[in-house]
Amino acid sequence: MNDIFDIYLLEAVINGLLLGGLLALLALGLNLIFGVIDVVWICYAEMMMIGMYVIWWLHVEQGWPLLGAFAAGIVSIAVLGAALHQFVIRPVLSAEPINQLLVTGGVLFFLQAVATVAFGVEFRNLGVRLPTVAIGEMNLSLARLIAFAVAIAAIGGTWLFLSRSYIGTAIRAISQDRGIMPLMGVDPGRIYLTTSALGGGLAGLAACLLVLQYDIHPAIGLSFGPITFLICVLGGLGNLIGGFLAAFIFAQFIAVGGFLFQLEWGYVIAFVFFIATMFWKPEGLFAKRR
Amino acid sequence: MNRSWILGGVGLALLLVAPFAGFGTYPLHLAIMALLWGFIYTSWSIMGRLGMVSFGHGAFLGIGAYGSVLLWNTFGVSPWLGALGAIVLTLALAVLIGWPCFRFRIVGHYFALVTLALSEVVRLVIVAMRDHTGGSLGITPKSALTDGATVAVGALQFSDKLVWFYLVVACWLFALWVWRRVDRSMDRLALEAISEEEDAAASIGIDVSRTKLKVTMLSAAMTCVGGVLYAQYQLYVNPETVSGIGISLQMVFGAIAGGMFVMLGPTVGAVFLLALSETLRIAVGNTIHGLDLLIYGALLVLFIIYLPKGILGTLLARLQRTG
Repeated sequence: MNDIFDIYLLEAVINGLLLGGLLALLALGLNLIFGVIDVVWICYAEMMMIGMYVIWWLHVEQGWPLLGAFAAGIVSIAVLGAALHQFVIRPVLSAEPINQLLVTGGVLFFLQAVATVAFGVEFRNLGVRLPTVAIGEMNLSLARLIAFAVAIAAIGGTWLFLSRSYIGTAIRAISQDRGIMPLMGVDPGRIYLTTSALGGGLAGLAACLLVLQYDIHPAIGLSFGPITFLICVLGGLGNLIGGFLAAFIFAQFIAVGGFLFQLEWGYVIAFVFFIATMFWKPEGLFAKRR
Repeated sequence: MNRSWILGGVGLALLLVAPFAGFGTYPLHLAIMALLWGFIYTSWSIMGRLGMVSFGHGAFLGIGAYGSVLLWNTFGVSPWLGALGAIVLTLALAVLIGWPCFRFRIVGHYFALVTLALSEVVRLVIVAMRDHTGGSLGITPKSALTDGATVAVGALQFSDKLVWFYLVVACWLFALWVWRRVDRSMDRLALEAISEEEDAAASIGIDVSRTKLKVTMLSAAMTCVGGVLYAQYQLYVNPETVSGIGISLQMVFGAIAGGMFVMLGPTVGAVFLLALSETLRIAVGNTIHGLDLLIYGALLVLFIIYLPKGILGTLLARLQRTG
């Protein structure tokens, strides 16, 4: 009896690890945008939700091959990210920080409504069901394993882009000193736009991975949005590595807490842990010492 | 100064006799909702205008609504006493979250996101305790209006909307009075100094954490009362409508859309949001599902970009410039 209990617990831990990869991907996009533009996109998960609908519509309604629909989903959310910056964020860049936060809150309602108008409130799914993989006595979902691998690869790719390419270096530079970069001949407007498109593209990629595991409905963003902000804050807003580690900590609380008690209690424990951590280390768990 | 007192007096008198003008029950219902939300938004703005922007007032609204309903349904405790219990719980939670936040200087984005996490905790606890709270399906207070009675004072249930109207007007006036008291007090000057520059404020001898905490407790307790009234008036609550992210954001929007730096601003915001959603619901709501929300969201975005001071705030600033 005891052995079986342990195997289930291990399965929960592994599922938490797999969920962590996905959350880390979402947190990366949001953190990147905050680090560079200094604005939190409250509507980040809603952009991902739109991406899920784009993929569903192209694949199921238009008969596109799945990979083509994925590529189109990523590109369209990257464009949506750039458009969000151009038309909504740019006019409020010099406004009160709280107005910047709120304006993306308005976009959250707007995107939810767009999805409702276009697709209704019914639950949709791709109709693609990937098998489960049996490892020992555990059954792990193949979709989750793929999602984990792709998310980690994408995080690695983004890291390489930021550290090796010219524009990546400019992005990192501007996040360190906003004032000095224009003097160095870098156009901040262009960097902001590129970062927004990159952040959007990451949300689009997350959409590809989630659409294999979850049904799509207009409110699905709400199940991922709040967790994503809290992960970013927990790791230190704008701190990419901190956000990555925090995603795995959070996912373990949700998976193991949910396994030991009930799904909601897993979230409650994770949120209470978040609040407690804020008091203990307000600048985030992994902030560099000041 | 005198002119605005006279205007206010006439306005209040008109409001008090308005139910007898024979508009019918539906406009009366709208007036009650506008004033109830006006009360709640004003309570929010008491702290919001001083630089403490909470995204988590849904937590206090939820405790008020569920606290009073659960005590009534399970133990038969009158909502009047239930409200007291909910207020005590709200104050405890406000101190538990506020004190460390202010002590450790959690401000701005961080404060907004910590309070957002708080409201999620409350919402999830309500959903998780589904054996008692009905989970996400919501809960209805047991009716005390048996045998054709229209008034059950002890159970805070009235089938006559007129009673509700005056009750809500009283609460709303109380919130305006509190707003004014805070506005006129030393604390406001202290808090404005704090929201400008905390270190400087502390250096001239302002107890930053204590002052912030006082205002937070006041705002939280009043929001909790709003939750009690909401539950008793609607006779139905669910976790999403009292503690969801949507409702917490809506409070912030309402206060800012009206103008949180003027006394009647949040009320104007409540009237505006209600009028907007009612108009959109009647005009387009039934033909295309979600279209009303789409226009609503787009307007909110335009408002924040083009009218950051809010409707009343912008109007008053313009009047001052010309007159």
